Amino acid sequence: MELSPEDLSALYLTFKVASLATSILLILGTPLAWWLARTASRWKGFCSALVALPLVLPPSVLGFYLLILMSPNGIVGKLTQQLGIGTLPFTFAGLVVASVLYSLPFVVQPLQNTFSAIGNAPLEAAATLRASPLNTFFSVVMPLSKSGFLTAAILGFTHTVGEFGVVLMVGGNIPDKTRVVSVQIYNHVEALEYSAAHTLAGGLLVFSFLVLLLLYSTQKHNPMAQMK
Amino acid sequence: MTNSIFAQFQLNYGAFELNVDLRLPSSGVTVLFGHSGSGKTTLLRCIAGLQYAPHGFLKINGNIWQDSEKNLFLPTYQRNLGYVFQEANLFAHLTVLGNLNYGLKRIKQPSNSEHFKQVIELVGIKHLLGRTPERLSGGERQRVAIARALVLNPEILLMDEPLAALDAKRKQEILPFLTRLHHSLKIPVLYVTHSQQEVAQLADYLVLLTQGKVQAAGLLTETLSRLDLPQSKEREAASVWQVKVTAHDAIYHLTQVSFAGGELSLSKLSAAIGSVLRVQIYARDVSITLETAKETSILNVLPALINDLAETGENGQTVVRLEVGSQLLLAHISCKSAHLLNLQIGMKVYAQIKGTSILN
Repeated sequence: MELSPEDLSALYLTFKVASLATSILLILGTPLAWWLARTASRWKGFCSALVALPLVLPPSVLGFYLLILMSPNGIVGKLTQQLGIGTLPFTFAGLVVASVLYSLPFVVQPLQNTFSAIGNAPLEAAATLRASPLNTFFSVVMPLSKSGFLTAAILGFTHTVGEFGVVLMVGGNIPDKTRVVSVQIYNHVEALEYSAAHTLAGGLLVFSFLVLLLLYSTQKHNPMAQMK
Repeated sequence: MTNSIFAQFQLNYGAFELNVDLRLPSSGVTVLFGHSGSGKTTLLRCIAGLQYAPHGFLKINGNIWQDSEKNLFLPTYQRNLGYVFQEANLFAHLTVLGNLNYGLKRIKQPSNSEHFKQVIELVGIKHLLGRTPERLSGGERQRVAIARALVLNPEILLMDEPLAALDAKRKQEILPFLTRLHHSLKIPVLYVTHSQQEVAQLADYLVLLTQGKVQAAGLLTETLSRLDLPQSKEREAASVWQVKVTAHDAIYHLTQVSFAGGELSLSKLSAAIGSVLRVQIYARDVSITLETAKETSILNVLPALINDLAETGENGQTVVRLEVGSQLLLAHISCKSAHLLNLQIGMKVYAQIKGTSILN
């Protein structure tokens, strides 16, 4: 049950990708979820569908299109090259970008649902107590949405840890750069190293279960109910 | 007059249209009264800036909060107001004290701790400061909400049916306190309600709204006794008098009160001599005689002058408006009696008051 240096490296990389992707998702997903929860725009349906797409698409489809977009001749690829970043496929940065898109609904939907549940009343009360809209968001909405943020962060993190198809398409299988745990397990199985695969797979299973156990036992309501 | 409230709004909301042009007193309690759908809450929300009226002009004590001609619309958080919602709307993540401090932290002038103490005293919530809102009763919550608005020392207090969400018992717990508030507040209060009891108890000035328009606006006593308004003809029609306690009669358990132009005997009250009360007299409890009846069980028989009269409609009743001293009194009598007595405007008669109720 010893972890090889490759296994440790994959674990570390997974943790790094998931933390970064979750942080980015919380920062970008919060305004997006707020807009979706409050808007009466006719674009709402379109945007909601777009955000939910990764829930139903096979990861390989998402990965395939991302690969094309980010390739040297793709729109995103041309842009990143002009910006001097180079191309994203088969890099750590590319992996993070792909993870953000892949886990987007797992962060945006719980947030959107908590924001909707807060309703108008506390916001109006805050306005009559001299709080500007931005101030209201930080002093009323955020504290009232604590459980939504926790759910969003945990689901975003664990879902990113569990990705495989997108990683393989966009990131490939490069040690120390894009080889995350799920890919490493696949490598072990391919090489018929079942015992090494067991160690990682079992570890991931226990980790995921414990995190979800924590989520379900600390939240009053079913966190999955915050997913639509 | 700079110390006055000018409120002019026009807005369409689906089939509903609000169209008002009001000038309201800058002190005392103005009640916006109407049935649901009359636009009273919408009007209050326009004044608070919680609802945007495309055409509007609003000036409070010389400060312009909205002037659509000049494209001026102050957002709610920049208006120096206090607002009490139907549901208390306390912040669930803060304690009572945290709720009270929320607004204080955000106003520019430093909080006046003396004023803060006074408000807490007035509302009687000192013992609740450390609690969270979920551990408060409905009535306590509403009192905290009122305190939260008042500690800011606003220029105007807006209250949107603050008692509507409470049961009868809680209402009785809060109403006396609101009356006290009424006496100690110097700022104008705009109070939305559909309860006639709250109107009688709290209003100094009354605005009647129907279908988004102002049906009548004026001093409470005058507006209540306007015969051209349906209120004077309803079964609950009543006159509200302000009276002063002058004496207590221990033997008969009576309290003597005086009003502008006479005296009334009421069943014994605990109020101190000199205190000012509101008395409600239902029109159905007032009857009319041409001569003062010497032998009657009714204690309060007052000389009066018929000021106006009108038939109420299909139920065979006539509503008579009487002048008693300088007070106006409504009486509901049958049309038959009105004919038999041949009641005419300007006649001197006697009003017999069968019952009164004390409002505070």
